[in-house]
Amino acid sequence: MFSNFDFEVIVRSLPYLFYTGMAFTLLLTALATIIGIIVGTMLALMRLSGTTLLTLPATAYVNLMRSVPFVLMIFWFYFLVPYIGQWITFSVQPVKVGAFASCLVTFTLFEAAFFCEIMRAGIQSIPRGQVAAAQALGMTYPAVMGYVVLPQAFRNMVPVLLTQTIVLFQDTSLVYVISVTDFLGAASKVAQRDGRLVEMYTFAACVYFVISFAASRAAQVLQRRLAVIR
Amino acid sequence: MSGMIDIAGLSKWYGPTQVLKDCTTAVAKGEVVVVCGPSGSGKSTLIKCVNGLEPFQKGDVSVDGIPVSDPKTDLPRLRARIGMVFQHFELFPHLSVMRNLTLPQIKVLRRGAEEAKQKGMRLLERVGLSAHAGKFPGELSGGQQQRVAIARALAMDPIAMLFDEPTSALDPEMIQEVLDVMVALAKDGMTMIVVTHEMGFARKVAHRVVFMDNGEIIEDAPTADFFGKPRSERAQLFLSRILQH
Amino acid sequence: MNYHWNWPIFWELSPDGVHTYFATLMIGTGWTLLTSACAFILALVLGSLIGVLRTSPFPWAMRLGNVYVELFRNVPLLVQMFLWYFVLPELLPTAAGDWLKQLPNASFYTAVVALGLYMSARIAEQVRAGILSLPRGQRLASLALGLTLPQTYMYVLLPMTYRILLPPLTSELLNTIKNSAVALTVGLMELTARARAMQEFSFQVFEAFTAATIIYIAINMVVTFAMHLVERRVAVPGYLGSRTPAAGH
Repeated sequence: MFSNFDFEVIVRSLPYLFYTGMAFTLLLTALATIIGIIVGTMLALMRLSGTTLLTLPATAYVNLMRSVPFVLMIFWFYFLVPYIGQWITFSVQPVKVGAFASCLVTFTLFEAAFFCEIMRAGIQSIPRGQVAAAQALGMTYPAVMGYVVLPQAFRNMVPVLLTQTIVLFQDTSLVYVISVTDFLGAASKVAQRDGRLVEMYTFAACVYFVISFAASRAAQVLQRRLAVIR
Repeated sequence: MSGMIDIAGLSKWYGPTQVLKDCTTAVAKGEVVVVCGPSGSGKSTLIKCVNGLEPFQKGDVSVDGIPVSDPKTDLPRLRARIGMVFQHFELFPHLSVMRNLTLPQIKVLRRGAEEAKQKGMRLLERVGLSAHAGKFPGELSGGQQQRVAIARALAMDPIAMLFDEPTSALDPEMIQEVLDVMVALAKDGMTMIVVTHEMGFARKVAHRVVFMDNGEIIEDAPTADFFGKPRSERAQLFLSRILQH
Repeated sequence: MNYHWNWPIFWELSPDGVHTYFATLMIGTGWTLLTSACAFILALVLGSLIGVLRTSPFPWAMRLGNVYVELFRNVPLLVQMFLWYFVLPELLPTAAGDWLKQLPNASFYTAVVALGLYMSARIAEQVRAGILSLPRGQRLASLALGLTLPQTYMYVLLPMTYRILLPPLTSELLNTIKNSAVALTVGLMELTARARAMQEFSFQVFEAFTAATIIYIAINMVVTFAMHLVERRVAVPGYLGSRTPAAGH
């Protein structure tokens, strides 16, 4: 069964796999997470604002993103982003956007819906008394949010946010459907070019496993440390 | 001495901590023994060892001659013959009161459904709750739930009953209705071990009182002796604190 | 915006010459629902088993359950599908491998197995959390009455656990339906695949994907409503269940 296993092909393609593929994956994950959390927090604040003008579109957006497969959204944005670019820049033709930019927009906007729900839970878990105390001190809404509520909410939600980030990391593999070269895409290209499907896909699975497993263990350690501090 | 329930040299450790230290006592048929002591003294752990819910490392426990920790003992069979009532009632919330009473009879004792139901109704009458047969535990008060729990244990026709702080989770006004059921049970000749703080109950129906502290049995005396002239200082201290209320 | 809108495209014949585009989307929806249902049943059965194993008092069972969950949670679904579809036939003896490769609807079976196992790890976690959230005394009371451990799980712990888990399980069912779209990479012509095919042949990008989006939203709403009815039907009177939080997709 394994007598034919060709380790050579894996070793040969390591630079390509990691410098091209994994670099793309990690960069996309990092940027989408950071921007996604920011956008998600804004969405959460909109949902909790109490004014229908803000709540309705935010809720509709989040529910839409959560009802539809990620793959479908990848296709949507792949075709939509050039048109949005055209609209924003008032150009004559749809703006040709690079693969990375298109993916970044897709992932950020999609994951923002999930980060929104996480931050919303976090904000709602802060006791009312905190807000009351801050307001009694004379703080305005931005100050209450910025100095009292959001810092605590964020800290409480760090473990869940980390878990969602790991989910995001795994989801980057889906850019395969628009033939973008992330880590899986790179492995796939090598597999098809050299006819070594077994080796490359098994290797890819192992790499994803090791990274995700290590990250989730690290998240658990962090969670335990944070619990102690509190 | 051979009684209904025999405990000899019972010791138990949770990891490095020893929670039961060489406990020895016995309960004869028809005897009512109250176990009391400060919290953490190991009283709950002790009675949970009697029906094997808690494993123990050293000593012997036997019920009606059957050793509890012997691997050859059919533990579920044995447990069916010992009734247990818990502090938090532990009725099964997804089953109606009647089903709570009949499920163990049908599944463990292999009784027929009709027979189980009749037994259940008789016992509900005995504890004064026959009107609530179709209700669910969540719809009953604490005192009512505990009485149903006692009925559930009695439905198995046990040879002995274990009570783990049966009234500690109840609001004061409901404690009496449960104690009344337990007093009636004692007067009917049931062998009982009751872990409780209710000293009024102890004085009324208990034959013996066992006082525990820190995992050890400090005193084991007939009721009158225990309340009249407790021998150990710790028991005296405990009594003076408890009887203030 | 120089995009040529053509909404009546749905009623035109698709390249297969037999069905309209609308019909192909409906067939795709059928495959989506069938795949999701089969995968979810597989996930429920396996996930419950693993979840129960992880709460049992046997160390070997807990370790087995842990390994299982970690294995299926840390590899992306797409990679898992590739392993089942491309790698498994190569690892089996030649005869079996060839049979697998020639199986009609191979992508359907692959999708069900891959998706089912992937979701079973998540359901195992939910079941475990649900059982652990029950008061410890329930297990003790059941054992004290003489019920065996399997009987305790069957008559006491699991009935309450599933009621508590209805919201997270609904969420997982919806996730299963969404994740079924990943199977297009191994050739399953489910809804998203059909929409993509329609886009490729007719160039009516937005019509195709809007239709797919609307159908997914509709499925979502129906499933949510149906589960809501189920929840009300099996609710235990007087019991305020604790809820385990639902995770992201």
